[in-house]
Amino acid sequence: MPLPKFRLEKRESVPNWFRMALPFIAIGISFIFSSIIILFAGKNPVTSIYSIFYGALGTRLGLMETLVKATPLILTGIAVSFAFTGKFWNIGAEGQLYAGALAATWAGISNFNIPSFLYIILLLVVGFIAGGLWALIPGYLKAKLKVDDVVTTLLMNYIILYLVTAILEGPWRDPVTMWPQSIMISPNAEFPKLLQKSRVHFGLIVGLLVVFLVYIIIKHTKLGFNIRAIGANPNASNFLGINVTKTIIITSLISGGIAGLAGVGEVAGLHYHLTENISPGYGYTGIVIAMLGGLNPIGVLFASFFFAIIITGAQYMSRATGVTSFIADVIQGITLLVLLAMLILYEYRIRRVE
Amino acid sequence: MDEIVLMKNIKKRFPGVLANDGIDFYANKGEIVSLLGENGAGKTTLMKILYGLYTKDSGEIFIKGKKVEINSPKDAINLGIGMVHQHFTLVNPFTVTENIILGLSSNRFIINIETSKEKIKEYMKKYEIFVDPDAKISELSVGEKQKVEILKILYRDIDILILDEPTAVLTPQEVKELFKTLKILKEEGKTIIFISHKLYEVLEISDRIIVLRNGKVSGERDPKKTNRRELAALMVGKEVFDVISLTPSEQKDVILDLKEITALSYRGHIALKNINLNVKGGEIVGLAGVSGNGQKELEEIISGIRKPLKGKIFFKNIDITHTTPKERINLGIGRIPEDRMDLGLILDLPVFENLVVECYDKNPFSGKLFLNYPKIESYSKKLIEEFDIRTPNLIVKTKTLSGGNLQKCILARILSMNPEFILAAQPTRGLDVGATEFIHKKLLEVRDKGGGVLLISEDLDEILNLSDRILVIYNGEIMGELKRGELTREDIGLMMTGTKKEDLHATT
Amino acid sequence: MKEIFTIGFFIGLFSATLRMATPLILATLGEVFCERSGVLNLGIEGIMLFTSLIAFLTTYFTNNLWLGVLTAIIVGILFGILMAFFTVNLGVSQHVSGLGITLFASGLSLFTYRQIIGSPQIPPTIETFKTLTIPVLSKIPIIGPILFDQYILTYIALLSIPIVSFIIYKTNFGLSLRAVGENPEAADALGINVYRTRYVALIIGGGLMGLAGSFFTLAYFNMFLYGIVGGRGWVCIALVIFANWDPSRVLLGALLFGGVDALQLRLQAIGFNIPYQFFLMMPYVLTIIVLVLVARNAIAPSSILKPYRRE
Repeated sequence: MPLPKFRLEKRESVPNWFRMALPFIAIGISFIFSSIIILFAGKNPVTSIYSIFYGALGTRLGLMETLVKATPLILTGIAVSFAFTGKFWNIGAEGQLYAGALAATWAGISNFNIPSFLYIILLLVVGFIAGGLWALIPGYLKAKLKVDDVVTTLLMNYIILYLVTAILEGPWRDPVTMWPQSIMISPNAEFPKLLQKSRVHFGLIVGLLVVFLVYIIIKHTKLGFNIRAIGANPNASNFLGINVTKTIIITSLISGGIAGLAGVGEVAGLHYHLTENISPGYGYTGIVIAMLGGLNPIGVLFASFFFAIIITGAQYMSRATGVTSFIADVIQGITLLVLLAMLILYEYRIRRVE
Repeated sequence: MDEIVLMKNIKKRFPGVLANDGIDFYANKGEIVSLLGENGAGKTTLMKILYGLYTKDSGEIFIKGKKVEINSPKDAINLGIGMVHQHFTLVNPFTVTENIILGLSSNRFIINIETSKEKIKEYMKKYEIFVDPDAKISELSVGEKQKVEILKILYRDIDILILDEPTAVLTPQEVKELFKTLKILKEEGKTIIFISHKLYEVLEISDRIIVLRNGKVSGERDPKKTNRRELAALMVGKEVFDVISLTPSEQKDVILDLKEITALSYRGHIALKNINLNVKGGEIVGLAGVSGNGQKELEEIISGIRKPLKGKIFFKNIDITHTTPKERINLGIGRIPEDRMDLGLILDLPVFENLVVECYDKNPFSGKLFLNYPKIESYSKKLIEEFDIRTPNLIVKTKTLSGGNLQKCILARILSMNPEFILAAQPTRGLDVGATEFIHKKLLEVRDKGGGVLLISEDLDEILNLSDRILVIYNGEIMGELKRGELTREDIGLMMTGTKKEDLHATT
Repeated sequence: MKEIFTIGFFIGLFSATLRMATPLILATLGEVFCERSGVLNLGIEGIMLFTSLIAFLTTYFTNNLWLGVLTAIIVGILFGILMAFFTVNLGVSQHVSGLGITLFASGLSLFTYRQIIGSPQIPPTIETFKTLTIPVLSKIPIIGPILFDQYILTYIALLSIPIVSFIIYKTNFGLSLRAVGENPEAADALGINVYRTRYVALIIGGGLMGLAGSFFTLAYFNMFLYGIVGGRGWVCIALVIFANWDPSRVLLGALLFGGVDALQLRLQAIGFNIPYQFFLMMPYVLTIIVLVLVARNAIAPSSILKPYRRE
């Protein structure tokens, strides 16, 4: 039976170079494992991985698409990172994204008679509130009743997914095509495009802005201080006078709201209507992004772009090499596991047992 | 007499403290030997070495005349040694029977509860320890749980039983029953090593008493030929020491007042019974006592993280019984917690943030939303200088600091807010002389400026050096109050081990 | 309306309920093993999906149903070992380990199916298990068709309940397992190997989850779809709590949720007014409610979520 042949010895401190190198080492290892899987599929891993990067960065089209994919990922990544910083384990970014998308669609198809810039702000606001409220339920349950947040946030994803499907197959079903999707939102509510002849839209600016705001909040506000303190030691925080309950609730609201903005972006900036598949799992990718980025806004930004590259590049790669684009999902899962395994090295050194 | 256990010249060092400094210990077959001493005297360490939970640095152990190496509890059990710890190792939802047969190598694939039950009942009859074998552990009283622990050991045919502070959580009735059991075990030829700090009990039950102090054996006595006073002296030392002359301070009004406080512990038993105590401005009140007699719960009640079952707390005549920690901080209550690393500081945060963590939300350190880092940093720099906190810079993570400097952080943080009252729980535990003196100086300063200090400490010297008034706590009750210099160390030692002040003269 | 709710309708409903409860029973029993040893296994959803794929592919290429079941069990065991590596050897967060495994296994499922099968117009199908009609008993009116005309996997699932119950409550292994889940220090002090016990629990759990996965593609449905498990793994997490971690109580919850599944399909067919999605939502809403009610009384195995390391 497997018995540890190595011993884990507690470390005193983590050398800085290690902290910076960790995400890269994790990516490297994850590429190695993914390559093995590609080999099993009978394809060449080197050309496959090369074509991922080429597809995402080597052409104008690819680069534009990478930016398009990065947009929701930045938001879900920072949403999850924000929550994790305060030890609120938000696995529900996917559902909060849908909540935001739902609210934005409602506002968008209501055809209000207001100028464009107000309309866009309206969509962002209702999307933020919807996402925030969707996260508030598990947040409140955790703060007041100590209910496990991992499971509750996860379950909320399924609930809203069914809600969205019910609405799209019911009252919001497109009467012309009869498909389960909403009608188009008012043109006044559409996000402007950032670059000509591309799909890159205003949502990217929103994402970058939010990352900046989160950075400010965490580092420069009282709330950010509370969140960091609770994330480090909830017991001491309570002893030292920090209102842990209130902080957890606010954390869940903000985190959910940010994820909601991701949904707004996809509706108002990319598809202009709501469909059941508006997110192929951006909320879950956000979790891996948050961890890969070390819960640090800059790191999250880089990690979001990394996964945007992977997802976009994988599409290209599948056409070029015949390796299905789902390799991106595999890379995502392996990266999380590798990161997790490596994080143990923050606390412990591995020593061989004599 | 048949020597069954012999430990020669046992040495064991932990970072910062020499727990066992060349201890010689022996036990005879069929004898009840007590190991007496304060916390930190080295008794539990010595026995954990015997049971294989710790490895000795040097020394030899002989069991039944043969030299042995004990590297794990399994080795100890194979040699016939069993230990009942202070914190029970029982599986709560299991029945008594299941707990007793758990992990036995003689268990078959399919367990037969009935046969095991019968065998257990035989053991119960033999040793006259009776518990319902079908009862769930969660339904049992503390005394009954202890019986299960003892049965667990006996069932494994152990000859040498080590009991670590077994009466700490028992009622007087249960103590009587335990002693009856121990006498029966003795008659059956078992050897019992009884670790305790309670003089009454040790005198009642032992055949021989060994007293440890500061990692060494300070004396061995025959209970029939000694008394409590002598034992107390061996435990805490007899030296007449120079009372540091404190300038008599002006006693002001009562600042902190605890009235009839009764409270539970985490384990669910009554930890504080009707405590009445107060602290006035301009004085240091020292609370002496062996750890585990309610000090932790008292600290939590005053800190605001535990609610009393009964009673009230007043701060300058305001009822603060139901206030939050933050409210107490704002009122001017400073708390130095016993657990400095897990409660007093957030180790993963940088030093300067820990220095302001109780006041960062007020002017000038922050506005409505934002923190004023320049202000916070310059303030922290000042504190670091003033308190001589050794740190490479402001922004390193607090966990890199040494013990003394950690405590200085806490002190600096509290004192910078000019509290009117300070609760200091074990403030110098594990610190070197320099850091200790520094902290003492600061506490005295608070007193001299008119503030009140409640000093909870296991270190009797510290209490005697600093306090204007001394209270002694034992088993959740105050045994008595004395003024500086009023009583000797021995007397206080007696109070710490169960004698009420009014009964002191009757101890010879 | 009244004509719809005939005896025939109910017989069909209850028969389907038992069918759809099958994977729930098996996977929940597997999760019970894991959690009883102190490990929350959130990889259950991913493991069920990937093992359902493995079962399908094996049978597709070998035409052997039982081989499909076998490979599914083996792959389930392998994932159990992977989970054990993270939670027992490394002692990292059980939450994130489980999620990582679900993400990985799900991604691997998507990848493997598309890579091997591609995306043909008509997805490939297999010949599934046929139901096993038990002679004589299945002729009993009403009860007969419900209870005695089911897939063999369903009978296995039903039999598993008393077997697992026996293992957990009547064997030495079960005693050690429960001790490790409640108080690993106490178990360790008595010489029980905590690490090994958890490994075995996760292996058995993984195997049962694999068995559950095989049901989806070899009995319930005759092809593989990405959404074939559709969140039922998370429902199993709730069912464990619902059953109070007691294997003999798994049946009730599984029937309840299986019934909801069966009912919503039928209501869809009828054209019921309430969107069927609200029925699909119910397991998750119910789960949250159960979690809230339980949060007050910690009746979970006490060592759950805490990695065990001897200092």
